[in-house]
Amino acid sequence: MRRTPKDTAASFRKISRRGMILGGLQVGFAGLLALRMRHLQVDQADEFRLLAEENRINLRLLPPSRGQIFDRNGRVIAANEPSYRITLVQEDAGDVDAVIARLSMLVELDEDELNRALTEMKRSAPFLPVTIADRVGWDAISRVAVNAPALPGVTPEVGLSRIYPNADIYAHIAGYVGPVSERDLNRYEDPDPVLRIPRFQIGKVGVEAKYEDMLRGRAGAKRVEVNAVGRVMRELDRREGEAGSDLQLTIDTDLQDYVQARLGEESASVVVMDVETGDVLACASAPTYDPNKFVRGISVADYAVYRDNEKRPLASKTVQDAYPPGSTFKMITALAALEAGVITPSETVYCPGHLEVGGRKFHCWKRAGHGHMNLEQSLRESCDVYYYDLALKVGIEKIADMARRLGLGETFDFPMSAVTSGLVPDKAWKLRERDSEWVIGDTVNASIGQGFVLSSPLQQAVMTARIATGRAVEPRLIKSVDSVELPSKGGASLGINENDLKQVRKAMYAVSNNRRGTAYKSRIIDDTVRMAGKTGTSQVRNITAAERARGVTRNEDLPWERRDHALFVDFAPYDKPKIAVAVVVEHGGGGSTAAAPIARDVTLQALFKGTPPLEAYPQGDRSRIKAQQERLERERRARQESNPGRA
Amino acid sequence: MSYLEYSVKTTPSGWRKVLYLNWPIVILLTAIACVGFLMLYSVAGGSFSPWAEPQMKRYLLGLAVMFIVALVPIWFWRNMAVVAYLVSLALLLAVEFFGTVGMGAQRWIDIGFMRLQPSELMKIALVMVLAAYYDWLPIKKTSHPFWVLLPVLIILLPTGMVLTQPDLGTALLLMISGGLMMFLAGVHWAYFGGVIAAGIGTVAAVFESRGTDWQLLKDYQYKRIDTFLDPSQDPLGAGYHITQAKIAMGSGGWTGRGFMQGTQSRLNFLPEKHTDFIFNTLAEEFGFIGGFSLLVLYVLILVFCVISALQNKDRFSSLLILGVGLTLFLFFAVNMSMVMGLAPVVGVPLPLVSYGGSAMLVLMLAFGLVQSAHIHRPR
Repeated sequence: MRRTPKDTAASFRKISRRGMILGGLQVGFAGLLALRMRHLQVDQADEFRLLAEENRINLRLLPPSRGQIFDRNGRVIAANEPSYRITLVQEDAGDVDAVIARLSMLVELDEDELNRALTEMKRSAPFLPVTIADRVGWDAISRVAVNAPALPGVTPEVGLSRIYPNADIYAHIAGYVGPVSERDLNRYEDPDPVLRIPRFQIGKVGVEAKYEDMLRGRAGAKRVEVNAVGRVMRELDRREGEAGSDLQLTIDTDLQDYVQARLGEESASVVVMDVETGDVLACASAPTYDPNKFVRGISVADYAVYRDNEKRPLASKTVQDAYPPGSTFKMITALAALEAGVITPSETVYCPGHLEVGGRKFHCWKRAGHGHMNLEQSLRESCDVYYYDLALKVGIEKIADMARRLGLGETFDFPMSAVTSGLVPDKAWKLRERDSEWVIGDTVNASIGQGFVLSSPLQQAVMTARIATGRAVEPRLIKSVDSVELPSKGGASLGINENDLKQVRKAMYAVSNNRRGTAYKSRIIDDTVRMAGKTGTSQVRNITAAERARGVTRNEDLPWERRDHALFVDFAPYDKPKIAVAVVVEHGGGGSTAAAPIARDVTLQALFKGTPPLEAYPQGDRSRIKAQQERLERERRARQESNPGRA
Repeated sequence: MSYLEYSVKTTPSGWRKVLYLNWPIVILLTAIACVGFLMLYSVAGGSFSPWAEPQMKRYLLGLAVMFIVALVPIWFWRNMAVVAYLVSLALLLAVEFFGTVGMGAQRWIDIGFMRLQPSELMKIALVMVLAAYYDWLPIKKTSHPFWVLLPVLIILLPTGMVLTQPDLGTALLLMISGGLMMFLAGVHWAYFGGVIAAGIGTVAAVFESRGTDWQLLKDYQYKRIDTFLDPSQDPLGAGYHITQAKIAMGSGGWTGRGFMQGTQSRLNFLPEKHTDFIFNTLAEEFGFIGGFSLLVLYVLILVFCVISALQNKDRFSSLLILGVGLTLFLFFAVNMSMVMGLAPVVGVPLPLVSYGGSAMLVLMLAFGLVQSAHIHRPR
């Protein structure tokens, strides 16, 4: 290429000058980069080092093992058993479908569970294990383990799951655990991070829920190094968790088992209390349900069976249902009147069969009337008019006060779910809640435990225990936590005149021991375990004047849900009270016929700590009782065989 | 006869040329490449495969290319400048039709033993053709509007084609390096003032146009600008790269976490750790001292280039050497700014250190030209 020579000297000057400028700018920019580097690496080093550690180190929680629950004799109520599940790691499996097909030949795979697992697999990283079968039996696990070479990526894993060996008898007391729900998380202000562990279970109902904080324990943790996609590279360190506290209940499994069996499919509830310590020895609500079904996740069909049962197996009738106490309230009216001095035990009231108050007729259950009645006679024969009269003399405020002192209207510190406070009505309450004045008829109704008064079987048992001891006994359900005994709840004196109490107890004794007593048929003839009780019948319906004129329809002729509730409370032995019992049979008819026989059987069973001798029963009942005892024993054996885990 | 040809008699010939190589530059290049091998060995978790070993082979190949190019007289290369430019342009066109799509952009042609990125080639070809142009153009005409318009077209033609790939980063680099070549050649200051003003206007237009019908950039490009401006806005999405890169860098501190101890790169938090973000691995494992040392190596190359260019009395050679130095500078400056969060992530590798064949070969070829100019300078 030919060109004319150029003025190279001039061009060179320009290039060198601009070259220097540009070179200087480049070096200057490099200096800027160095400054930036210094800023990031020296000035902010600590901050970035921290962020790098946060990236790298991941805290993994180790679920703690849940505290166990035992009965008063150390028998297991709720325990943890190893549960096996099968997990699959996609990455290791290779052909997931083929592996699952092979696996399904060895183990029965649940269709729903499998579909859920497959969706989860699509979402999660290929190296994370996904559970494809939960609560697999030991046999199945063994089969999987033996065939491991043909099942790449499949791992049998072991975890702990809750088991209730006694199945149904503790369902209402201990409750059950279940997986953490969104609602559970919202309930806590600052939820324990352990709750976010997948498949972690917390108490849902009963003691399991109320003592959740103690039973849960504290989570351990391990620190692992992870890479950017979350794969664990190695474990850095590990801190084991703390197991939850073990609880011991005051319940006696044998007695609880007996009571539950005695109630059978009746819609009924029984509370047995130690009057000295307040220990609840049995607390049964029938019919019951199997809590293990809930732990596994109850099926819709199973749940519907429970939900649609008119006898409400899911309800803890002992604590959450409040019934009009009926005639069992009469002790309260009597004690209030005696304390106020408006009557003496021997003073009589004439019962013509009804009492007219404010232009309205209040009937006695006995249309013909009882005639002249003193305290003992009125209680044993359950004369209503006597108590109408007392109530008019003493007034509602004093009756309500006595009721509260005896434990009605109180929820106690009792760790079961939905414990009701019942209702002790007074003038202020009616004005507040019903927005109307208290009328004299309300007092009359309340005097025999009808109208507004409501109490739970637990409160009934407490009331009886307090009458038996004169002390403010409170029910206790938790005997010890981690083998540390909790204080018993014998309580201080109620400040009720001991003589008044004696009179009432004597009258209660007459109820089940005097020939004219309403519960004479359910008497105990063993002198060492004589019981003192009171029947109660609480109306579910209003008896109209027209019906009364026709003659009150007999309970047997009414549909089940309109029959009266049958109640019975007792303490025994009479001379040295040890236990108090409250029985409510929903729609059972009369207290003397439906509730008292159950109370007698339970009382004897509790006092003899086992099957009582037939001699404790009156001659005429023995053959029937013998048959019943044999039947219950047969049933108990059958249950034990079908459920070997049962203690 | 050109000035060069006057002095032919005094230039070394035959194998004696090797003695006249600019050895400091060769040594510096090798030192930087060695840093690259070390880092590639580290990010592979202490293994020569898959990156360090091929990179070493490529460097040796690059070294050979450099020597061969160096031994050929510079005037041959000057005469080849236009051809090189046209070939690169043709290849860019070919990419449009036969290119392989990678990361959403058509950027390379597979030619059997390697993937050729014509845009890389164009960076050097552009420098060459502009140096040759200003060597040919009488100096008095340098700032004449017509003679300014011509190189502008020379620059804009490949820039436009690269932009359609679309590769915004390379297009900008081409434009900047071309513009700076014109600056070096002595084009009047006023033009650059005008261009800078226009540039500011364009940036304003780009932002103004966002979301309208005549939107100038693609959405992902806006997104990159957004996350560059505020990486914390989207720490797990597009801002993830920048955030993690800064964490890697910052956690190094003064002396770093030690060779192969960088958790950010070893545990894959650092994206593209063997290519664009390799500098962060270096900074994490060897700290400020390591990163600064590499920066010094680059700066030293620039210094030797400037010295070499100022010694060289040939206009083409001088412009070429400065242009190649400039290309190297743009490479590492943009890459480092990017990984330190000073510039948006545009996908520019760290020269000689990042894993990658064609960028390294092209750069070695460019330094071959520098060496050739150095050897065959008029004496």
